[in-house]
Amino acid sequence: MKRAPAWRLAAVLAAVLAAVLVGCAQPELRGTGDLGLVVERAAGRVKLIETSGRTALATIAGLGDLSHASIVYSRDGRYGYVFGRDGGLSRVDLLLARLDRRVVQAGNAIGGAISQDGRLIAVANYEPGGVRIFDAATLEPLADIPAAFGDGTRRAKVVGIADAPGQRFVFSLFEAGEIWVADLSDPRRPQVTRHRDIGKQPYDGLITPDGRHYIAGLFGEDGLALLDLWNPQAGVRRILGGYGRGEEPLPVYKMPHLRGWAIAGGHAVLPAIGRKEVLVVETAGWSEAARIPVHGQPVFVIAQPGGRRAWVNFAFPDNDTVQVIDLPSRSVVKTLKPGRAVLHMEFTARGEQVWVSSRDDDSVIVYDPASFAEIARIRADKPSGIFLSSRAFATGF
Amino acid sequence: MRRWSTFAILLFAAAGPVAAGAAGPAAPAEARRAELIHMVRQDCGSCHGLSMKGGLGPPLVPAALADKDAAQLQFVVLHGRRGTAMPPWRRFLSDAEAAWVVELLRKGLPE
Repeated sequence: MKRAPAWRLAAVLAAVLAAVLVGCAQPELRGTGDLGLVVERAAGRVKLIETSGRTALATIAGLGDLSHASIVYSRDGRYGYVFGRDGGLSRVDLLLARLDRRVVQAGNAIGGAISQDGRLIAVANYEPGGVRIFDAATLEPLADIPAAFGDGTRRAKVVGIADAPGQRFVFSLFEAGEIWVADLSDPRRPQVTRHRDIGKQPYDGLITPDGRHYIAGLFGEDGLALLDLWNPQAGVRRILGGYGRGEEPLPVYKMPHLRGWAIAGGHAVLPAIGRKEVLVVETAGWSEAARIPVHGQPVFVIAQPGGRRAWVNFAFPDNDTVQVIDLPSRSVVKTLKPGRAVLHMEFTARGEQVWVSSRDDDSVIVYDPASFAEIARIRADKPSGIFLSSRAFATGF
Repeated sequence: MRRWSTFAILLFAAAGPVAAGAAGPAAPAEARRAELIHMVRQDCGSCHGLSMKGGLGPPLVPAALADKDAAQLQFVVLHGRRGTAMPPWRRFLSDAEAAWVVELLRKGLPE
Protein backbone atom coordinates (compact mmCIF):
# COMPACT_ATOMS: atom_id res chain seq x y z
CA MET A 1 0.00 0.00 0.00
CA LYS A 2 1.26 3.36 -0.98
CA ARG A 3 1.34 6.08 1.61
CA ALA A 4 -0.98 8.98 0.90
CA PRO A 5 0.95 12.03 -0.13
CA ALA A 6 1.30 14.63 2.57
CA TRP A 7 -0.64 17.25 0.62
CA ARG A 8 -3.64 14.96 0.40
CA LEU A 9 -3.67 14.43 4.14
CA ALA A 10 -3.38 18.14 4.69
CA ALA A 11 -6.29 18.82 2.32
CA VAL A 12 -8.51 16.29 4.11
CA LEU A 13 -7.58 17.76 7.48
CA ALA A 14 -8.32 21.26 6.26
CA ALA A 15 -11.70 20.19 4.93
CA VAL A 16 -12.62 18.50 8.21
CA LEU A 17 -11.43 21.49 10.20
CA ALA A 18 -13.43 23.86 8.01
CA ALA A 19 -16.54 21.72 8.43
CA VAL A 20 -16.11 21.67 12.20
CA LEU A 21 -15.59 25.42 12.31
CA VAL A 22 -18.58 26.19 10.12
CA GLY A 23 -20.78 23.67 11.90
CA CYS A 24 -19.94 24.65 15.43
CA ALA A 25 -18.39 28.02 15.79
CA GLN A 26 -19.60 30.30 13.04
CA PRO A 27 -23.21 31.19 12.40
CA GLU A 28 -24.32 31.10 8.80
CA LEU A 29 -23.52 34.42 7.15
CA ARG A 30 -26.42 36.42 5.81
CA GLY A 31 -27.37 39.92 4.68
CA THR A 32 -30.13 42.05 6.12
CA GLY A 33 -31.74 43.12 2.83
CA ASP A 34 -34.68 40.74 3.20
CA LEU A 35 -35.24 41.35 6.90
CA GLY A 36 -37.74 43.53 8.67
CA LEU A 37 -39.34 44.25 12.02
CA VAL A 38 -43.02 44.07 12.94
CA VAL A 39 -44.14 46.02 16.01
CA GLU A 40 -46.13 44.04 18.57
CA ARG A 41 -47.64 47.14 20.08
CA ALA A 42 -49.26 45.86 23.25
CA ALA A 43 -46.41 43.56 24.28
CA GLY A 44 -43.55 46.00 23.76
CA ARG A 45 -41.81 43.63 21.38
CA VAL A 46 -40.77 43.49 17.75
CA LYS A 47 -40.84 40.42 15.57
CA LEU A 48 -37.89 39.88 13.24
CA ILE A 49 -39.18 38.62 9.90
CA GLU A 50 -37.65 37.72 6.52
CA THR A 51 -39.29 38.20 3.16
CA SER A 52 -37.50 35.48 1.14
CA GLY A 53 -39.18 32.53 2.85
CA ARG A 54 -41.75 34.79 4.56
CA THR A 55 -41.19 33.57 8.08
CA ALA A 56 -40.68 34.98 11.56
CA LEU A 57 -37.13 34.47 12.82
CA ALA A 58 -37.16 35.86 16.35
CA THR A 59 -38.94 38.08 18.83
CA ILE A 60 -37.10 40.90 20.58
CA ALA A 61 -38.62 42.12 23.85
CA GLY A 62 -38.10 44.91 26.34
CA LEU A 63 -38.89 47.89 24.10
CA GLY A 64 -41.41 49.60 26.39
CA ASP A 65 -44.75 51.13 25.36
CA LEU A 66 -45.10 50.76 21.61
CA SER A 67 -48.64 52.23 21.25
CA HIS A 68 -47.38 54.45 18.51
CA ALA A 69 -44.07 53.05 17.38
CA SER A 70 -42.01 53.58 14.28
CA ILE A 71 -38.64 52.35 13.10
CA VAL A 72 -35.81 53.67 10.95
CA TYR A 73 -32.73 51.72 9.87
CA SER A 74 -28.99 52.28 10.04
CA ARG A 75 -27.35 52.96 6.72
CA ASP A 76 -25.78 49.48 6.67
CA GLY A 77 -29.17 47.88 7.29
CA ARG A 78 -27.99 46.09 10.40
CA TYR A 79 -29.79 48.03 13.12
CA GLY A 80 -33.37 49.16 13.53
CA TYR A 81 -34.03 52.20 15.73
CA VAL A 82 -37.38 51.77 17.46
CA PHE A 83 -39.18 54.91 18.66
CA GLY A 84 -41.68 54.10 21.40
CA ARG A 85 -44.56 56.09 22.85
CA ASP A 86 -42.89 56.20 26.27
CA GLY A 87 -39.89 58.10 24.92
CA GLY A 88 -37.82 54.95 24.53
CA LEU A 89 -35.24 54.86 21.75
CA SER A 90 -34.05 51.30 21.21
CA ARG A 91 -31.42 50.02 18.82
CA VAL A 92 -32.19 46.48 17.66
CA ASP A 93 -29.53 44.31 16.00
CA LEU A 94 -31.14 42.42 13.11
CA LEU A 95 -28.24 39.98 12.67
CA LEU A 96 -27.96 38.97 16.31
CA ALA A 97 -31.72 39.36 16.84
CA ARG A 98 -31.34 41.23 20.09
CA LEU A 99 -31.75 44.58 21.76
CA ASP A 100 -28.39 46.29 21.33
CA ARG A 101 -28.93 49.40 23.44
CA ARG A 102 -31.74 51.55 24.70
CA VAL A 103 -32.33 54.96 26.26
CA VAL A 104 -35.52 56.57 27.57
CA GLN A 105 -35.08 60.10 26.34
CA ALA A 106 -38.44 61.79 26.97
CA GLY A 107 -41.81 61.20 28.62
CA ASN A 108 -43.86 60.80 25.47
CA ALA A 109 -42.61 60.46 21.90
CA ILE A 110 -44.18 60.08 18.48
CA GLY A 111 -41.46 59.09 16.02
CA GLY A 112 -38.05 59.80 14.65
CA ALA A 113 -35.72 59.97 11.70
CA ILE A 114 -32.13 59.19 10.75
CA SER A 115 -29.82 61.77 9.19
CA GLN A 116 -28.67 61.64 5.59
CA ASP A 117 -25.23 60.40 6.63
CA GLY A 118 -26.67 57.88 9.09
CA ARG A 119 -24.79 59.27 12.08
CA LEU A 120 -27.62 61.07 13.85
CA ILE A 121 -30.97 59.95 15.18
CA ALA A 122 -33.64 62.61 15.77
CA VAL A 123 -36.60 61.86 18.01
CA ALA A 124 -39.81 63.90 17.91
CA ASN A 125 -41.35 64.29 21.34
CA TYR A 126 -44.77 65.24 22.67
CA GLU A 127 -43.58 65.59 26.27
CA PRO A 128 -41.48 67.62 26.64
CA GLY A 129 -42.38 68.99 23.20
CA GLY A 130 -39.33 69.16 20.97
CA VAL A 131 -36.70 67.19 19.12
CA ARG A 132 -33.67 65.48 20.59
CA ILE A 133 -30.64 64.42 18.62
CA PHE A 134 -28.59 61.30 19.40
CA ASP A 135 -25.43 59.67 18.15
CA ALA A 136 -26.64 56.74 16.04
CA ALA A 137 -23.78 54.48 17.20
CA THR A 138 -23.88 55.12 20.94
CA LEU A 139 -27.28 56.79 21.51
CA GLU A 140 -25.40 59.50 23.36
CA PRO A 141 -27.47 62.72 23.47
CA LEU A 142 -26.00 65.47 21.28
CA ALA A 143 -28.55 68.27 21.08
CA ASP A 144 -31.97 69.33 22.33
CA ILE A 145 -34.37 71.48 20.29
CA PRO A 146 -37.28 72.59 22.51
CA ALA A 147 -40.42 73.32 20.47
CA ALA A 148 -41.11 76.58 22.30
CA PHE A 149 -43.65 78.94 20.78
CA GLY A 150 -45.85 81.90 21.60
CA ASP A 151 -44.26 83.82 24.45
CA GLY A 152 -41.67 81.08 24.67
CA THR A 153 -43.09 79.35 27.75
CA ARG A 154 -45.35 76.87 25.95
CA ARG A 155 -44.00 73.86 24.13
CA ALA A 156 -45.72 72.22 21.21
CA LYS A 157 -46.00 68.55 20.41
CA VAL A 158 -43.74 67.71 17.49
CA VAL A 159 -45.19 65.68 14.63
CA GLY A 160 -44.20 64.58 11.13
CA ILE A 161 -40.43 64.53 11.50
CA ALA A 162 -38.53 63.71 8.31
CA ASP A 163 -34.89 63.64 7.25
CA ALA A 164 -33.88 65.96 4.44
CA PRO A 165 -30.71 66.20 2.36
CA GLY A 166 -27.94 68.30 3.90
CA GLN A 167 -28.09 66.81 7.40
CA ARG A 168 -31.42 68.44 8.02
CA PHE A 169 -34.56 67.37 9.85
CA VAL A 170 -37.93 68.93 9.09
CA PHE A 171 -40.86 68.72 11.50
CA SER A 172 -44.14 70.38 12.48
CA LEU A 173 -45.42 71.84 15.74
CA PHE A 174 -49.01 70.77 16.42
CA GLU A 175 -50.24 73.52 18.75
CA ALA A 176 -48.05 76.24 17.24
CA GLY A 177 -48.87 75.74 13.57
CA GLU A 178 -45.23 75.97 12.55
CA ILE A 179 -42.76 74.02 10.42
CA TRP A 180 -39.14 73.98 11.54
CA VAL A 181 -36.06 73.01 9.57
CA ALA A 182 -33.09 72.04 11.74
CA ASP A 183 -29.65 71.87 10.14
CA LEU A 184 -27.43 69.43 12.05
CA SER A 185 -24.25 69.93 10.03
CA ASP A 186 -22.72 70.60 13.44
CA PRO A 187 -24.54 67.95 15.52
CA ARG A 188 -24.15 69.81 18.80
CA ARG A 189 -25.27 73.18 17.40
CA PRO A 190 -28.52 72.85 15.49
CA GLN A 191 -29.40 75.81 13.25
CA VAL A 192 -33.18 76.12 13.22
CA THR A 193 -35.25 77.96 10.62
CA ARG A 194 -38.84 78.58 11.74
CA HIS A 195 -41.78 78.90 9.38
CA ARG A 196 -44.73 80.41 11.24
CA ASP A 197 -48.47 80.50 10.53
CA ILE A 198 -48.41 77.48 8.27
CA GLY A 199 -51.99 76.47 9.22
CA LYS A 200 -53.93 75.10 12.16
CA GLN A 201 -52.86 71.93 13.92
CA PRO A 202 -50.44 70.14 11.59
CA TYR A 203 -50.88 66.49 12.57
CA ASP A 204 -48.28 64.72 10.40
CA GLY A 205 -45.80 65.43 7.67
CA LEU A 206 -43.87 63.80 4.89
CA ILE A 207 -41.01 64.51 2.58
CA THR A 208 -41.12 63.60 -1.09
CA PRO A 209 -38.82 60.77 -2.20
CA ASP A 210 -36.49 63.27 -3.92
CA GLY A 211 -36.07 65.14 -0.62
CA ARG A 212 -37.34 68.38 -2.09
CA HIS A 213 -40.84 69.01 -0.73
CA TYR A 214 -42.06 68.74 2.84
CA ILE A 215 -45.82 68.58 3.29
CA ALA A 216 -47.72 68.86 6.56
CA GLY A 217 -51.34 67.74 6.81
CA LEU A 218 -53.59 70.08 8.78
CA PHE A 219 -56.19 68.85 11.23
CA GLY A 220 -57.57 72.26 12.17
CA GLU A 221 -58.50 73.30 8.65
CA ASP A 222 -58.89 72.02 5.12
CA GLY A 223 -55.65 71.87 3.23
CA LEU A 224 -51.98 71.06 3.54
CA ALA A 225 -48.84 73.14 4.01
CA LEU A 226 -46.00 72.80 1.49
CA LEU A 227 -42.37 73.79 1.92
CA ASP A 228 -40.04 73.66 -1.09
CA LEU A 229 -36.63 72.87 0.41
CA TRP A 230 -34.94 73.97 -2.79
CA ASN A 231 -36.45 77.43 -2.28
CA PRO A 232 -37.04 77.74 1.46
CA GLN A 233 -36.88 81.52 1.29
CA ALA A 234 -40.18 81.40 -0.62
CA GLY A 235 -41.77 80.15 2.60
CA VAL A 236 -44.58 77.72 3.23
CA ARG A 237 -47.60 77.82 1.00
CA ARG A 238 -51.03 76.34 1.37
CA ILE A 239 -52.12 73.67 -1.05
CA LEU A 240 -55.51 72.06 -1.51
CA GLY A 241 -57.04 74.81 0.63
CA GLY A 242 -60.69 74.09 1.22
CA TYR A 243 -60.66 70.56 -0.18
CA GLY A 244 -63.57 69.85 2.16
CA ARG A 245 -65.50 72.59 0.32
CA GLY A 246 -66.87 73.87 3.59
CA GLU A 247 -68.63 70.61 4.38
CA GLU A 248 -68.56 69.45 7.96
CA PRO A 249 -65.80 66.83 8.22
CA LEU A 250 -66.69 63.42 9.64
CA PRO A 251 -65.46 62.61 13.12
CA VAL A 252 -61.94 61.19 12.93
CA TYR A 253 -61.36 58.04 14.98
CA LYS A 254 -57.80 57.61 13.88
CA MET A 255 -55.44 60.23 12.51
CA PRO A 256 -54.22 59.58 8.97
CA HIS A 257 -50.53 58.99 8.40
CA LEU A 258 -48.73 60.76 5.63
CA ARG A 259 -45.39 58.98 5.68
CA GLY A 260 -45.33 56.22 3.11
CA TRP A 261 -47.51 58.20 0.78
CA ALA A 262 -47.91 57.39 -2.85
CA ILE A 263 -46.44 59.36 -5.72
CA ALA A 264 -46.55 58.27 -9.33
CA GLY A 265 -46.72 59.67 -12.83
CA GLY A 266 -46.65 63.28 -11.70
CA HIS A 267 -49.38 62.68 -9.15
CA ALA A 268 -49.45 62.18 -5.42
CA VAL A 269 -52.25 60.42 -3.58
CA LEU A 270 -52.98 61.39 -0.01
CA PRO A 271 -55.53 60.52 2.66
CA ALA A 272 -58.20 63.20 3.10
CA ILE A 273 -58.87 63.91 6.75
CA GLY A 274 -62.45 63.58 7.93
CA ARG A 275 -63.57 62.35 4.52
CA LYS A 276 -64.00 58.96 2.88
CA GLU A 277 -61.78 60.03 0.02
CA VAL A 278 -58.27 59.77 -1.31
CA LEU A 279 -56.98 63.00 -2.80
CA VAL A 280 -55.04 63.03 -6.05
CA VAL A 281 -52.67 65.97 -6.42
CA GLU A 282 -50.62 66.88 -9.47
CA THR A 283 -47.08 67.50 -8.26
CA ALA A 284 -46.09 70.13 -10.85
CA GLY A 285 -48.40 72.80 -9.46
CA TRP A 286 -49.62 71.03 -6.31
CA SER A 287 -53.28 71.43 -7.17
CA GLU A 288 -56.08 68.93 -6.82
CA ALA A 289 -56.48 66.64 -9.82
CA ALA A 290 -59.17 64.31 -8.52
CA ARG A 291 -60.63 62.70 -5.46
CA ILE A 292 -61.42 59.03 -5.25
CA PRO A 293 -64.28 57.80 -3.06
CA VAL A 294 -63.20 54.91 -0.86
CA HIS A 295 -64.63 52.56 1.77
CA GLY A 296 -63.83 54.65 4.85
CA GLN A 297 -61.54 57.40 6.10
CA PRO A 298 -58.08 56.50 4.83
CA VAL A 299 -55.22 56.12 7.30
CA PHE A 300 -52.34 55.03 5.06
CA VAL A 301 -52.19 55.40 1.28
CA ILE A 302 -49.17 53.35 0.28
CA ALA A 303 -47.78 53.29 -3.24
CA GLN A 304 -46.83 50.00 -4.81
CA PRO A 305 -43.23 50.33 -6.02
CA GLY A 306 -43.51 51.43 -9.63
CA GLY A 307 -46.47 53.56 -8.70
CA ARG A 308 -49.24 51.95 -10.68
CA ARG A 309 -51.41 51.17 -7.69
CA ALA A 310 -51.88 52.34 -4.13
CA TRP A 311 -53.12 50.32 -1.17
CA VAL A 312 -55.33 52.04 1.36
CA ASN A 313 -56.41 51.09 4.87
CA PHE A 314 -59.03 52.80 6.99
CA ALA A 315 -59.82 54.26 10.38
CA PHE A 316 -62.06 52.67 12.98
CA PRO A 317 -64.79 51.44 12.50
CA ASP A 318 -64.00 50.57 8.85
CA ASN A 319 -60.62 49.07 9.65
CA ASP A 320 -61.28 45.49 8.54
CA THR A 321 -60.88 46.51 4.91
CA VAL A 322 -58.07 47.31 2.48
CA GLN A 323 -58.72 48.80 -0.95
CA VAL A 324 -56.44 48.89 -3.94
CA ILE A 325 -56.59 51.92 -6.23
CA ASP A 326 -55.49 51.82 -9.84
CA LEU A 327 -53.87 55.20 -10.31
CA PRO A 328 -54.12 55.65 -14.10
CA SER A 329 -57.88 55.06 -14.03
CA ARG A 330 -58.28 56.47 -10.50
CA SER A 331 -60.61 53.66 -9.53
CA VAL A 332 -60.81 51.05 -6.81
CA VAL A 333 -59.91 47.73 -8.40
CA LYS A 334 -59.94 45.46 -5.37
CA THR A 335 -61.44 45.34 -1.89
CA LEU A 336 -59.84 42.93 0.57
CA LYS A 337 -60.78 41.83 4.08
CA PRO A 338 -57.43 40.79 5.53
CA GLY A 339 -58.62 40.67 9.15
CA ARG A 340 -59.87 42.82 11.99
CA ALA A 341 -58.18 46.17 12.69
CA VAL A 342 -55.77 46.47 9.79
CA LEU A 343 -53.17 48.98 10.94
CA HIS A 344 -50.39 49.04 8.37
CA MET A 345 -49.13 47.85 4.99
CA GLU A 346 -45.57 47.59 3.70
CA PHE A 347 -44.27 46.61 0.27
CA THR A 348 -41.00 44.87 -0.38
CA ALA A 349 -38.62 47.15 -2.28
CA ARG A 350 -39.41 45.63 -5.67
CA GLY A 351 -43.09 45.34 -4.98
CA GLU A 352 -43.65 41.61 -5.36
CA GLN A 353 -45.08 41.27 -1.85
CA VAL A 354 -47.12 43.43 0.44
CA TRP A 355 -47.28 42.76 4.17
CA VAL A 356 -50.45 43.72 6.04
CA SER A 357 -50.94 43.75 9.82
CA SER A 358 -54.25 42.76 11.43
CA ARG A 359 -54.10 43.80 15.07
CA ASP A 360 -57.23 42.06 16.32
CA ASP A 361 -56.57 38.81 14.45
CA ASP A 362 -52.97 38.74 15.77
CA SER A 363 -51.72 38.16 12.24
CA VAL A 364 -49.49 39.55 9.54
CA ILE A 365 -50.75 38.58 6.10
CA VAL A 366 -48.53 38.60 3.02
CA TYR A 367 -50.19 39.18 -0.36
CA ASP A 368 -49.04 38.85 -3.92
CA PRO A 369 -50.06 42.33 -5.13
CA ALA A 370 -50.44 41.12 -8.72
CA SER A 371 -52.96 38.35 -8.02
CA PHE A 372 -54.13 39.54 -4.56
CA ALA A 373 -53.54 35.97 -3.39
CA GLU A 374 -52.59 35.45 0.23
CA ILE A 375 -49.14 33.85 0.17
CA ALA A 376 -48.30 33.69 3.86
CA ARG A 377 -49.79 34.36 7.27
CA ILE A 378 -47.61 34.87 10.33
CA ARG A 379 -48.77 34.98 13.93
CA ALA A 380 -47.89 38.18 15.76
CA ASP A 381 -49.17 39.65 19.01
CA LYS A 382 -51.35 42.71 18.19
CA PRO A 383 -49.14 43.76 15.28
CA SER A 384 -49.08 47.38 14.15
CA GLY A 385 -46.28 48.86 12.04
CA ILE A 386 -44.30 46.76 9.56
CA PHE A 387 -40.85 48.13 8.70
CA LEU A 388 -38.63 46.43 6.14
CA SER A 389 -34.89 47.11 6.13
CA SER A 390 -34.99 48.53 2.60
CA ARG A 391 -36.15 51.74 4.31
CA ALA A 392 -32.47 52.21 5.15
CA PHE A 393 -31.86 53.56 1.66
CA ALA A 394 -34.81 55.88 1.16
CA THR A 395 -35.05 59.56 2.08
CA GLY A 396 -37.98 60.20 4.39
CA PHE A 397 -38.00 56.70 5.89
CA MET B 1 -62.75 74.43 28.33
CA ARG B 2 -65.17 76.69 30.15
CA ARG B 3 -67.48 76.93 27.17
CA TRP B 4 -68.11 73.24 26.70
CA SER B 5 -68.45 72.54 30.40
CA THR B 6 -71.13 75.18 30.72
CA PHE B 7 -72.80 73.73 27.68
CA ALA B 8 -72.56 70.25 29.19
CA ILE B 9 -74.18 71.36 32.42
CA LEU B 10 -76.99 73.06 30.52
CA LEU B 11 -77.52 70.00 28.41
CA PHE B 12 -77.59 67.67 31.38
CA ALA B 13 -79.97 70.02 33.17
CA ALA B 14 -82.26 69.93 30.16
CA ALA B 15 -81.99 66.19 29.70
CA GLY B 16 -82.79 65.39 33.31
CA PRO B 17 -81.00 62.83 35.44
CA VAL B 18 -78.23 60.83 33.77
CA ALA B 19 -77.40 57.16 34.13
CA ALA B 20 -74.39 57.76 36.34
CA GLY B 21 -75.97 57.91 39.76
CA ALA B 22 -74.28 58.02 43.12
CA ALA B 23 -73.93 54.24 43.15
CA GLY B 24 -72.00 54.33 39.85
CA PRO B 25 -73.20 53.31 36.42
CA ALA B 26 -74.77 49.94 35.81
CA ALA B 27 -72.12 47.61 34.43
CA PRO B 28 -72.64 46.24 30.93
CA ALA B 29 -72.80 42.47 30.43
CA GLU B 30 -69.51 40.65 30.68
CA ALA B 31 -68.92 40.06 26.95
CA ARG B 32 -69.65 43.69 26.23
CA ARG B 33 -67.31 44.78 29.03
CA ALA B 34 -64.45 42.93 27.35
CA GLU B 35 -65.32 44.65 24.05
CA LEU B 36 -65.39 48.04 25.71
CA ILE B 37 -62.07 47.54 27.46
CA HIS B 38 -60.55 46.45 24.16
CA MET B 39 -61.98 49.49 22.41
CA VAL B 40 -60.73 51.88 25.10
CA ARG B 41 -57.25 50.43 25.13
CA GLN B 42 -56.82 50.03 21.38
CA ASP B 43 -58.95 52.71 19.74
CA CYS B 44 -58.91 55.42 22.40
CA GLY B 45 -55.28 54.34 22.80
CA SER B 46 -54.56 55.48 19.22
CA CYS B 47 -54.51 59.05 20.53
CA HIS B 48 -54.32 58.68 24.32
CA GLY B 49 -51.70 55.91 24.36
CA LEU B 50 -52.21 52.21 25.08
CA SER B 51 -51.37 52.88 28.71
CA MET B 52 -53.57 56.03 28.72
CA LYS B 53 -50.57 58.18 29.50
CA GLY B 54 -51.42 60.51 26.64
CA GLY B 55 -50.39 61.14 23.07
CA LEU B 56 -51.98 63.62 20.71
CA GLY B 57 -54.85 63.43 23.19
CA PRO B 58 -54.40 64.17 26.90
CA PRO B 59 -53.57 61.49 29.48
CA LEU B 60 -56.55 59.51 30.84
CA VAL B 61 -54.83 57.89 33.82
CA PRO B 62 -56.68 58.12 37.19
CA ALA B 63 -54.49 60.96 38.48
CA ALA B 64 -55.28 63.06 35.39
CA LEU B 65 -59.04 62.51 35.80
CA ALA B 66 -59.32 62.79 39.58
CA ASP B 67 -60.45 66.43 39.63
CA LYS B 68 -62.72 66.17 36.58
CA ASP B 69 -66.47 65.84 36.79
CA ALA B 70 -67.73 62.41 35.71
CA ALA B 71 -70.76 63.82 33.89
CA GLN B 72 -68.56 66.19 31.90
CA LEU B 73 -66.20 63.40 30.98
CA GLN B 74 -69.13 61.27 29.88
CA PHE B 75 -70.36 64.15 27.76
CA VAL B 76 -66.99 64.50 26.07
CA VAL B 77 -66.84 60.77 25.37
CA LEU B 78 -70.29 60.82 23.77
CA HIS B 79 -70.12 64.14 21.95
CA GLY B 80 -66.45 64.91 21.42
CA ARG B 81 -64.84 68.31 21.85
CA ARG B 82 -65.09 70.97 19.20
CA GLY B 83 -61.81 72.49 18.11
CA THR B 84 -59.88 69.41 19.18
CA ALA B 85 -59.26 66.00 17.64
CA MET B 86 -61.66 64.30 20.10
CA PRO B 87 -64.51 62.74 18.10
CA PRO B 88 -67.98 61.82 19.41
CA TRP B 89 -68.33 58.14 20.32
CA ARG B 90 -72.10 58.04 20.72
CA ARG B 91 -72.39 55.93 17.59
CA PHE B 92 -70.53 53.17 19.41
CA LEU B 93 -71.52 53.66 23.06
CA SER B 94 -74.80 54.04 24.94
CA ASP B 95 -75.04 56.67 27.69
CA ALA B 96 -74.70 53.96 30.32
CA GLU B 97 -71.67 52.45 28.59
CA ALA B 98 -69.98 55.84 28.36
CA ALA B 99 -70.58 56.34 32.07
CA TRP B 100 -69.10 52.91 32.75
CA VAL B 101 -66.05 53.71 30.59
CA VAL B 102 -65.49 56.94 32.52
CA GLU B 103 -65.61 55.06 35.82
CA LEU B 104 -63.22 52.48 34.40
CA LEU B 105 -60.73 55.16 33.43
CA ARG B 106 -61.04 56.89 36.78
CA LYS B 107 -60.22 53.62 38.52
CA GLY B 108 -57.50 52.67 36.07
CA LEU B 109 -57.87 50.41 33.06
CA PRO B 110 -57.41 46.73 34.00
CA GLU B 111 -54.47 44.88 32.48
